[in-house]
Amino acid sequence: MECEFLSVCFYIAIILFLQIIAFDELKTDYKNPIDQCNTLNPTVEKVKKIKRVKIALKLVLPEYLIHFFFCVMFFCAAEWLTLCLNLPLLAYHVWRYMSRPVMSCPGLYDPTTIMNADILAYCQKEGWCKLAFYLLSFFYYLYGMIYVLVSS
Amino acid sequence: MSTAGFNSQNGTGTGQTYANGPSQNPVALQQLPGVSYGMTHQPSYNPMPAKAPPPTGPGLYPSAPYQPVPPVSSYQPGPQITSYPSSPGQPLLPRPPLSGPPSHTPPQSASPSPGPRMPPAQATPPPPAVSSSSYYPSPQQPMAPAWQYNTAPPPMGPPTSISTPPRGPVANHVNPAASLAEPLPPSSAPYSTAPPPRVSQSVTQPPGPGMPPTSMLGYTQPGTAPPPMNPMVPNTYQPGRPAYGPPPTGPSPIGPPPIMKPTPPPTGPPVANTTPPPPKGDAQCGGAVNSTVPPTESDGQEGDIECPGAVAGNGPQASNSYNHVDNKMAGLAQPGPPGRHLGHYPSLPPGYQNASAPHGTSSMHPAMQAAMQPYTQAPQPYQQPPGGPGPAQLSPSLAAMSLQSSTPEALRVVNLLQERNLLPPTPVPAPTPCLPQDLQKINCNPEVFRCTLTSIPQTQSLLNKAKMPLGLLLHPFKDLSQLPVVTSSTIVRCRSCRTYINPFVSFLDQRRWKCNLCYRVNDVPEEFMYNPVSRSYGEPHKRPEVQNATIEFIAPSEYMLRPPQPAVYLFVLDVSHNAVETGYLNVFCQSLLDNINALPGDSRTKVGFITFDSTIHFYNLQEGLSQPQMLIVSDIEDIFLPTPDSLLVNLNECKELVQDLLKSLPTLFGKTMETQSALGSALQAAFKLLSPTGGRMSVFQTQLPNLGVGALQSREDPNQRASAKDIQHLSPATDFYKKLALDCSGQQVAVDLFLLSAQYCDLASLGCISRYSAGSVYYYPSYHHQHSPAQVERFQKDLKRYLTRKIGFEAVMRIRCTKGLSIHTFHGNFFVRSTDLLSLPNVNPDAGFAVQMSIEDNLDDMQVVSFQAALLYTSSKGERRIRVHTLCLPVVSSLSDIFSGADVQAMTGLLACMAVDRSVTASLSDARDAMTNAAIDSLTSYRQSVLTIQQPGLLAPACLRLFPLYILALLKQKAFRTGTSTRLDDRVFAMCQLKYQPLFYAMLMIHPALYRVDDLTDEGALNINERTIPQPRVLQLSVEKLSREGAFLMDTGTVMYLWIGRNCHPNFLTQVLGVPNYAAVPENLYLLPELDTAESQRTRAFVCWLRDQRPFYPSLHVIRDESQLKANFMQNMIEDRTASALSYYEFLLHLQQQISK
Repeated sequence: MECEFLSVCFYIAIILFLQIIAFDELKTDYKNPIDQCNTLNPTVEKVKKIKRVKIALKLVLPEYLIHFFFCVMFFCAAEWLTLCLNLPLLAYHVWRYMSRPVMSCPGLYDPTTIMNADILAYCQKEGWCKLAFYLLSFFYYLYGMIYVLVSS
Repeated sequence: MSTAGFNSQNGTGTGQTYANGPSQNPVALQQLPGVSYGMTHQPSYNPMPAKAPPPTGPGLYPSAPYQPVPPVSSYQPGPQITSYPSSPGQPLLPRPPLSGPPSHTPPQSASPSPGPRMPPAQATPPPPAVSSSSYYPSPQQPMAPAWQYNTAPPPMGPPTSISTPPRGPVANHVNPAASLAEPLPPSSAPYSTAPPPRVSQSVTQPPGPGMPPTSMLGYTQPGTAPPPMNPMVPNTYQPGRPAYGPPPTGPSPIGPPPIMKPTPPPTGPPVANTTPPPPKGDAQCGGAVNSTVPPTESDGQEGDIECPGAVAGNGPQASNSYNHVDNKMAGLAQPGPPGRHLGHYPSLPPGYQNASAPHGTSSMHPAMQAAMQPYTQAPQPYQQPPGGPGPAQLSPSLAAMSLQSSTPEALRVVNLLQERNLLPPTPVPAPTPCLPQDLQKINCNPEVFRCTLTSIPQTQSLLNKAKMPLGLLLHPFKDLSQLPVVTSSTIVRCRSCRTYINPFVSFLDQRRWKCNLCYRVNDVPEEFMYNPVSRSYGEPHKRPEVQNATIEFIAPSEYMLRPPQPAVYLFVLDVSHNAVETGYLNVFCQSLLDNINALPGDSRTKVGFITFDSTIHFYNLQEGLSQPQMLIVSDIEDIFLPTPDSLLVNLNECKELVQDLLKSLPTLFGKTMETQSALGSALQAAFKLLSPTGGRMSVFQTQLPNLGVGALQSREDPNQRASAKDIQHLSPATDFYKKLALDCSGQQVAVDLFLLSAQYCDLASLGCISRYSAGSVYYYPSYHHQHSPAQVERFQKDLKRYLTRKIGFEAVMRIRCTKGLSIHTFHGNFFVRSTDLLSLPNVNPDAGFAVQMSIEDNLDDMQVVSFQAALLYTSSKGERRIRVHTLCLPVVSSLSDIFSGADVQAMTGLLACMAVDRSVTASLSDARDAMTNAAIDSLTSYRQSVLTIQQPGLLAPACLRLFPLYILALLKQKAFRTGTSTRLDDRVFAMCQLKYQPLFYAMLMIHPALYRVDDLTDEGALNINERTIPQPRVLQLSVEKLSREGAFLMDTGTVMYLWIGRNCHPNFLTQVLGVPNYAAVPENLYLLPELDTAESQRTRAFVCWLRDQRPFYPSLHVIRDESQLKANFMQNMIEDRTASALSYYEFLLHLQQQISK
């Protein structure tokens, strides 16, 4: 029961993370070059770009870890159905991390290829799908929690 | 360009920078032989052509009545006349009829009561019409040659035609030159003064055709012609045309005719202009920017235009341009009988080529030239009618309209299984887009900017159906022999998408233009109204910016983030035992000594040296030292700079020390026994040294770095080379080099890598340092100063070119395209900073780029789309410059049109880039399958969607007939072949080259050229610079073409093989090779002896000519049947079967099988 409650909280955090990533990508990469009479110093812009990728990276890892943590919690609480629902995503995360580009530091995204339209589109799609998944599971957990509270 | 950023700077108060920029520029310009601009002037004439074409209309308007009309006649008829009146729109134009003041009035009134006016206009027109007809031809031709087809430049070639005729005109031109100077003073000096002159001009002009200065005649006449600008306009108006016809100028295809009507007022504007001359320097330049930087753009300054011919590198011709133009002018001036002109010109029009060809453009790229010729003239082979001379004028429309009725040559069905001799005897020409001729004439040179589909499909689904890749291939910084350069305080750009004004925009009226990429309507700034070339006012459409698809701007200070950096060169040299063994240091030091004065740069140029083995050695070259001082840093884990100030020194001040160092360097490490290499640390040190300024780092490495950061391990198992199912280790082993490259890119440092190694060096990892910092990679496998003389020679020549070629610092390139198209992926060496912006710390003239495009929105309502590549860089002289290329292509809605516009070479080049990516991210076999599928898919699509009659066999449209051959060649290319023993580094290097080389050179790598050279004759020979260059035909790459009685030259781009048949004619052996018989041909012959015989001269001239075509130096190997290199030679016989690969015929059968499934 506490488990569900916890998950609610954590998922909010996760959702926020993902939103940030998704929107960030959207905004900065698909921003219409129009009106770019602006002034961003290229070097600054570039550093920002790399930093942004780093932020994304920083967001992605926690997300993976939190998700993994939940799975463990569900396992401990013997919530088999919930665990089953989450296993595919867990497997995907593992696969995704195993097949990441060569990097000396932890992370998923390579600044030199992220601008490739295919990769960018893939990352975005992935972000939205996961967002949907988390949202749905959020309501599912909420329902579970209330159900438990009411019935007890 | 990244417009961004300027403001910030401004804000920060880089005021000084500006001072530099602007002030310098003028000076520089003046120094430059003003020159060239002449050429650009011609543009002014275009107007006429523009008109003409419109009527013909780009097939879109099938209704157009004109098509049937025979070429010549077509002009005179209605459209023209009507068009004439239109010109009134421009104050000057109508001169003869409307002379003087009247001109103004008509236009104004025109808007309200076009009808009435027209009649008079028409009446008058006739005369003009006649004359105009005569002009037509001429205009066309001047344009083309201009610099546009640089390769072709020569028309005016140095030899120059200064012959008598030109003189008169020359005078004229002189004026312009002079004029440039004149106008300038006002601008430069008191700005206030400037306005007055203008006023006066404008006033005077109206009166006339008369034009103030006599000299002007030449210009004015042409100029008077109808407003050129509207190239695109064509048909839209037709209906309205009779009435308003003329105004059409404005008409962008899109622009609704109604708009036009309002436009007439434009004419009014001119008047207005005259009065308000001083009006502000418009805000056009990006409002924000301007506001921030008020000072620079004083209104008074009008753009002075100059053309430092020199810009392009080989600039000699530039000066001539004037004369050349003059000639034309002369011709023009005489309103000779049309007939005569026609007779004369027709041959020229299509071409940019004719003139040029013969004269041989000096040193430039003869090769290119040769290549070019085909484009223009050659339409015959493949091209649609457009190419043809006489009919050419009509052709575009005809071609487009009559597609159904008669199949154009490009779509002629070819049964690949039956036709064996598909190779054209000359280099394969690029197809010409099916555009109205006036547009085509000013379109970007295909050597610079090329698209895989010269007809853009309307929708993505149509593109998917055609199954052909859509992309651009660019060579943006190519050495051009003639390049118009414009200095202007305000660079006219679209306010919303920041597109630079270009020949494909449409002028709605005199004061407004419509962007051809985003369709926003912009104001024409006041300064732009004045045309410094012709010294006329009110003809914005005749400015060079609007007459040239490739142009260079001297950028004002808003385009600087910091003061332009000086040229900084840092050399990082491997001096480990292995390096000393190869002996490259001698060659390097000698080359640098020889070329030290030719390094591009100015008085601020800096150089520095770092050497490394297991430690890092710095050289203190501070002025005042009696000899260079070596500082050794052995702490490679935490690298630091011992004396940060004196390691990079001003080349001019410390030249002697530098020379001392270079002389002593080779001997300094002669006895070293150090075998380790701490490349990673050396790069870090170099990065630290360069990061304050940015610049170029040249790294020479001879072995696998094995110490400190960035150490690598050998990943290649030589035994697996041939047998491995799939090639491993194509991706980097560490991201150290990539991260360092990104840091470098951020600090405007580019790293060029010279790899001279006999062993595995892990180029896949090392190459990243250049790839992401926009450097270049040179690879000399098995380099040794004694054992491989051919490599040494190549290294020397490459170094010379490398050290002396043009260079641009702190560059960015932005590629814009018409709304609806978007950029999918970039290929080449750079860092992608945002979706359409490439960061290029250095840009060099030998770098090519490829861009995959996708169609996001339907292009239904467009007739043409445009692409613009803008490269902002700092020249070695510290000038900020912008080079802009604009390409315009038609949009089509039928599959057959798409197929007829396919550019098979560009497609091959783009596919190669995509395949390289695929083999790194997925696997080599994936990439190979993808390439095969590309051929299958496109041919299947053609068969299913375009072919109406199904016949047996493997059918392809004529324009794609070489596609399967090229795909097979790619499959057998070093980069992608399997089953043959290929060293991993060789493979990776080939991949780098495919992505990085401009298309022209990449094609030689993919499909080498084979010539028979034992029977060279002067028949059909080119004549360049007094040298006769035989032109043997290109043979198919099949052993069946070889014969024991002959000698064959294979040109693979970086290497040439001269294969001597066993029974080769003794005459060839003695006369060319200088040996008595076959057995006496030495094993390692890499030079053709300079014998004083006709055969020898011919052969050497031909080889030399081939070499001159490219920036790198191909080494030549003479091989016999027993030579070791024979295997390499035979591997290039791509049409033959090998143990592991299909022959061409088998490959075709395979395709056919797949297609008929």
